[in-house]
Amino acid sequence: MRPNREIDRLPEIGGIGVFLSTTFGRLLVSLFVPAVTFIVLYQVFIFLRDTQIPQWMTAIIAILWGVGGVLALFTLSNYLIEQLSPAWRRRLIPFVFVGPALAILTWYLVLPTIRSFIASLYDARGINFVGLDNYIYAFTSQEMLQSYRNNFIFWMIFGTGMSVGFGLLIAVLVDRTHPVFETICKALIFMPMVISGVGASVIWKFIYEYRPTGSTQIGLLNGIITALGFESQGWLLLQPWNNLFLVIIMVWLQTGYSMVIISAAIKGIPSDLLEAGRIDGANEFQIFRNIILPSIQGTLITVTTTIILFTLKIFDIVQSMTGGNFGTQVIANVQFVQLFRQVHNGRAAAIAIILLLAVLPVMYYNLRQFGKQTEAFR
Amino acid sequence: MASIKYDHVWKRFGDVTVLKNLDLDIADGEFLVLVGPSGCGKSTALRCLAGLEEITEGRIFIGDRDVTDVPPKDRDIAMVFQSYALYPHMSVYDNMAFGLKLRRVPKAEIDRRVKEAAEMLSIGHLLDRKPKALSGGQRQRVALGRAIVRDPAVFLMDEPLSNLDAKLRVQTRAEISKLHQRLKTTFIYVTHDQTEAMTMGSRIAVMRDGILQQIDTPQNLYDHPANMFVAGFIGSPAMNFFEARLERTDGGVSVVVGKEFVLPVPASKLDHVSSHIGKTVYFGIRPEDLHDAHFVPRGVDERAKVRAAVNVVEPMGSEIYAYVENSGKEFIGRFDPRSSARTGHTMEVVFDMEKMHIFDRETEKALT
Repeated sequence: MRPNREIDRLPEIGGIGVFLSTTFGRLLVSLFVPAVTFIVLYQVFIFLRDTQIPQWMTAIIAILWGVGGVLALFTLSNYLIEQLSPAWRRRLIPFVFVGPALAILTWYLVLPTIRSFIASLYDARGINFVGLDNYIYAFTSQEMLQSYRNNFIFWMIFGTGMSVGFGLLIAVLVDRTHPVFETICKALIFMPMVISGVGASVIWKFIYEYRPTGSTQIGLLNGIITALGFESQGWLLLQPWNNLFLVIIMVWLQTGYSMVIISAAIKGIPSDLLEAGRIDGANEFQIFRNIILPSIQGTLITVTTTIILFTLKIFDIVQSMTGGNFGTQVIANVQFVQLFRQVHNGRAAAIAIILLLAVLPVMYYNLRQFGKQTEAFR
Repeated sequence: MASIKYDHVWKRFGDVTVLKNLDLDIADGEFLVLVGPSGCGKSTALRCLAGLEEITEGRIFIGDRDVTDVPPKDRDIAMVFQSYALYPHMSVYDNMAFGLKLRRVPKAEIDRRVKEAAEMLSIGHLLDRKPKALSGGQRQRVALGRAIVRDPAVFLMDEPLSNLDAKLRVQTRAEISKLHQRLKTTFIYVTHDQTEAMTMGSRIAVMRDGILQQIDTPQNLYDHPANMFVAGFIGSPAMNFFEARLERTDGGVSVVVGKEFVLPVPASKLDHVSSHIGKTVYFGIRPEDLHDAHFVPRGVDERAKVRAAVNVVEPMGSEIYAYVENSGKEFIGRFDPRSSARTGHTMEVVFDMEKMHIFDRETEKALT
């Protein structure tokens, strides 16, 4: 065994020093410290859970213990790693610092995914193995087929298209206006972003509210069209257009997001570039097409994929507006209904897995694009 | 090819006036350099000509055409930016071809022109690359190429060399001059570097605070600066200035800087200064018009001699810069390399008074 120079230089530590310098000893150190800390943290968790002290005290102790424990974990591991030879230090340090995060992610993300997959192969109560029955349901049932149509056509294509399209349009247009006007515009358009999907639904319920023609209209839309002499409409019952009316709520929420991100990207284009284009003979549309658009392409892709992810998972608007009735069903809502109304764990799990698979490629593309921009994932 | 005329041009940004009554006639095929310290309005003047800024008052003509209200794309100009402003997502070829494509020039013609320009600038092997894969010097050439293929009436250049290292700058400077001789088009070149201005321009326009100070050929500007600002701005090291009195002395007129610092005005200059005799003026003399008394060139009158303490000596190889002092006034001389100037010693400095400049104290305008 190659002697460890660092430890050799330390004053006599006797047998332990020699033992620590062996490969096995080093490995043990790297595993031992996190293990001990995890155990101690876990024991305190159990203690806090079972103790009778007031809740606020538990909370404070938990916070102090949690933060302090993590700090202690890192400090101690780091100290011990420092005792090793430089080569081993280099090899182990990443694990010490990234290891806990990876462990926690595995615990909270990877394991549940695997367990969901297993659950998707069992029946409603998770007792009998049913093979692919739940998947057959997920690909043949009326509600799921309707969900695919709604999710992929109305939400993903129209929803994303409109959010990004309007975001881009507004970002480009306000960029040419007076800075004060631009700020006001952007603030107003961004504002819906802070409203939750359910909150937005409450607002839009009033807009789409139906009263028979002749009675007082409290819905904005029906108020307008009856004032113009048309019949009032039950907007949320008009299949399949009611899907679009729901999509508009999401567009109202998300346009601000895409506008802000795209606007930042447009501001990032050097003005020289646009001026060079103008001198080269481009009109404003050609500048947009040939210079602005290619320059913000990466941002556009990131925004688009982010919103696609959002639309594939859409749930709250549908649940609170129509509950998935009148032909507005979406995948996440079926999952919700199967899990909490029908209490069919197997089907809910199968739908979750399908949703995950649908999201994965977009997610991958999104991360790769994000990585290209920030170079963080290279 | 076209001449250019700035006709009483004013440019204001809010309360700030950047161009004050700029009146400038540039002949067809001329290489005009706009020079001045930063913030003097030279870049704005160029951008107004390009159509990137609207002017507040006045007219601008390219050739016989009033282009004041014409958008940049219809002005028949090409511009090289300080940052080069290459389109990052396009290859070198597409960068150069972009302007031609927009003008619907036939493909074969575009190809011919791009290749020809690339050949001229020796960037033929780079045509497929993206700008980010190029060095600073190569990008600079592409930016030039993009302007050349357009075959514009006027080339505008906004400090195109300031992002290059010193050696490349000198080299490119010469190449741009060659390019001008070859293309015989009107060039307007903005720089803050007086060396670039002197070496490249067929005429130089010196600006300060939005006002045109003087426009002339490099040599005339150097020899006959119209005011103290131009005198100090052109030339390196800069001209020495002294506050002095013009006094009648036995047999003539002298510039009196200090007690031991009296310099006789030569007969050829007497007419110019006669109106200011007895008044305080600024006396200016360029460092190369000072000589070590041991190495005075033939023909220089040695009577204007001053004893000075040497503060600092900077040997440059071909010459010596010496910071010397008399009567509490420090000034710099460019001396013969054999000069005996030594830090801490004194030396005799001869002033070549035929080359002196006298400026009015109030207006700072040149009398000589």
